[in-house]
Order: sequence, then structure tokens, then C-alpha cells
Amino acid sequence: MTTELSVSLWRGAQHGRYETYRVPQRQSQTVLDVVTFVQRHIDPTLSYRFACRVGVCGSCAMTVNGKPRWTCRTHVAKVAGDGKLEIGPLENLPVIKDLATDMQPFFEKWRQAKGAFAPTQTRNDPIAQIKPDTPSRKAAAAAIECINCGVCYAACDTVRWNTEYLGPAALTRAWTLLNDERDGGNIARLQAIAGAGGCHACHSHQSCQELCPQALNPTAAIAALKRRTAAAYLKGEIKV
Amino acid sequence: MNVRLYLWQRATAAVMAPLVMVHIAVIFYATRHGMSAADILSRTHGSFAWAAFYGLFVLAVSIHAAIGVRNILTEWTPLPERRVDACVVFFGLVLAVLGFRAVAAVVLW
Repeated sequence: MTTELSVSLWRGAQHGRYETYRVPQRQSQTVLDVVTFVQRHIDPTLSYRFACRVGVCGSCAMTVNGKPRWTCRTHVAKVAGDGKLEIGPLENLPVIKDLATDMQPFFEKWRQAKGAFAPTQTRNDPIAQIKPDTPSRKAAAAAIECINCGVCYAACDTVRWNTEYLGPAALTRAWTLLNDERDGGNIARLQAIAGAGGCHACHSHQSCQELCPQALNPTAAIAALKRRTAAAYLKGEIKV
Repeated sequence: MNVRLYLWQRATAAVMAPLVMVHIAVIFYATRHGMSAADILSRTHGSFAWAAFYGLFVLAVSIHAAIGVRNILTEWTPLPERRVDACVVFFGLVLAVLGFRAVAAVVLW
């Protein structure tokens, strides 16, 4: 094991440059540890985003050696065998400064895909009983563990090419709600994802499911959405 | 691509799949039997079945390819949507005209 890492970090906003730092290599070191070391010991003006450090909050995703990853649970030994790291902000999102991106477009598309739960009952009604082994409950599990880190969005070629495309996270969220028996907003949701930037824009490249840190499969959820929206269109439930 | 174009593209693909198989089988049959152009044309002239077969093929190809090219233009060029739609309608019509002209040449003359 080399004792020092060569770490290139993106500095500046959309039009910036990579700057290289020397960081001591340690056992069980994560990429987030490396970024934190630079900020605390070399350059305190470095900007980046993190919160929980244990893979729950989804705020620390960055581009690491060309691939989007959650940095708090990505070990340096896994991605930098040659002792070199290049860490940049997530792709497909505006850069605020250094390694921090503006997540607003990501969450705006989540909202456009009707990612908010549409309740059918009030707090005065009894709690819904959902059996865990029903097909719809199993399908709803597709995105329940999503932490909205934006890795799938940054990995997606279609997002890069088609600015209207809602992206894997928003669509997978829509698929989960479509299968939520308590939700009452499905026609509006199907309508929202059947248009030009909706699920049919997906090319099934599968970068989202390859890089999802939670091992979810947005491609499968989007394929299911294509079938569901097609059926709804043929039945006249939605229009284009 | 919206859900309507998606269904048209999948439907035309479903139509083309068996037609392509038959088309390839016909090519193999004609070459293995050493048939000349005159032999083939003598069988296709006046045939409603071949006219319908290749007519349907041309129609499906024109729609399917136009939708595919629309996706490419949408994603890879900065053209506005209306310009893209105009381009692909023209492209589809060109394919249809060339295709039906070829079908007519094989079946009518």
C-alpha cells in the first residue's frame, strides 16, 4: 500500500479546474474521509456536502474516478488501487462550488413525476393494513430504500442528452407510489410520466441500476412504468 | 418520446419481426434455387399477396424508422421540437414513397 494518495479535486463552479493534493493513505479510509482531510488540513475553503457519514442521508454523492458514488461508503482501496483519486461534482447537475451541486433540478423532476404521496384517508381513519407478501407491496419496494443521492441521475446518459427527461430516481419513486395501495393519485401520476420527458425516453442503458449504492433497479421499475402507462393510454385513462 | 409514439414504434416492430423472417427466407429460397431476376418478377407480377406483404413492410418501416430518427434528433441535436417533427415526417414520407415505388415495380410491371 502506498502511504500517500494523489487526490485531484474539482475547484470552482461550472467552469473550474482540477487541483491536486497529497493526502495520507489510511486503512479503511473512505473517499469522504479524503475530502474531509483536504478541507480540514490543507484548504478550508473547499466546499462539499455531507451529513450522516453512514449511507443514510444521500447528500455526499460525487464523481469518483469518473463514476458517481456515495463517498461516505466508498472505500479508497476499492476505487484507487494505483493511489490516484479524481473527485468532482455530480454530472448532469449545476455546480454551486467545488464538489457541491445544486440538487434543485433533481428534486423538481421528482415533484413533476408526482413523487409526493396522495393520501386517500385522513389521520382520523384507522391505519391501513398492508400485507407484505402481496404483489403490489413487493413492487412498491422498488424505491422504498432510495436515499435520493442523485447517483442514478448523474449516471444516466438519457438525462445528459434530454434535459426534459425526469430521470431514474423520480420515475422509480413514481413506480413505488403506483403500487402503494393507500395512494390515490395514480391517474395524474401516469399522465405526468407519459409525456416527452417521461418513462418512454429511457433507453435501458442500466447505468442507474449498476451504480445505485442501494442496489435498487430503476431500469426494471421504468420498464414496468412503460407497460403501465401504455395500458392506461390504450384504455383511455390518460391522454398525450 | 411519449406513450403514443412508444406504442406505434413497438407495434410496427411487432409487425416487422415476422415480415423480416419471411423476407430473409425468401432471399434464401431465391438464391438457393438460382433464380434470376426475371424468374422472381414472373412470380411477383400481379400478385396481390406479395403487394400486400411488402406494402405492409414499407408502411411499418416508414413509421418505425421515422420515430427512431425523431429520438436521435431530439437527443443529439439542438433542433426545436417542431423542426424535428417536420424533418421526420418528411423522412418517413421519403421512405414510404421509395418503398411503395419499389413494391409497384416488383408487382405491377
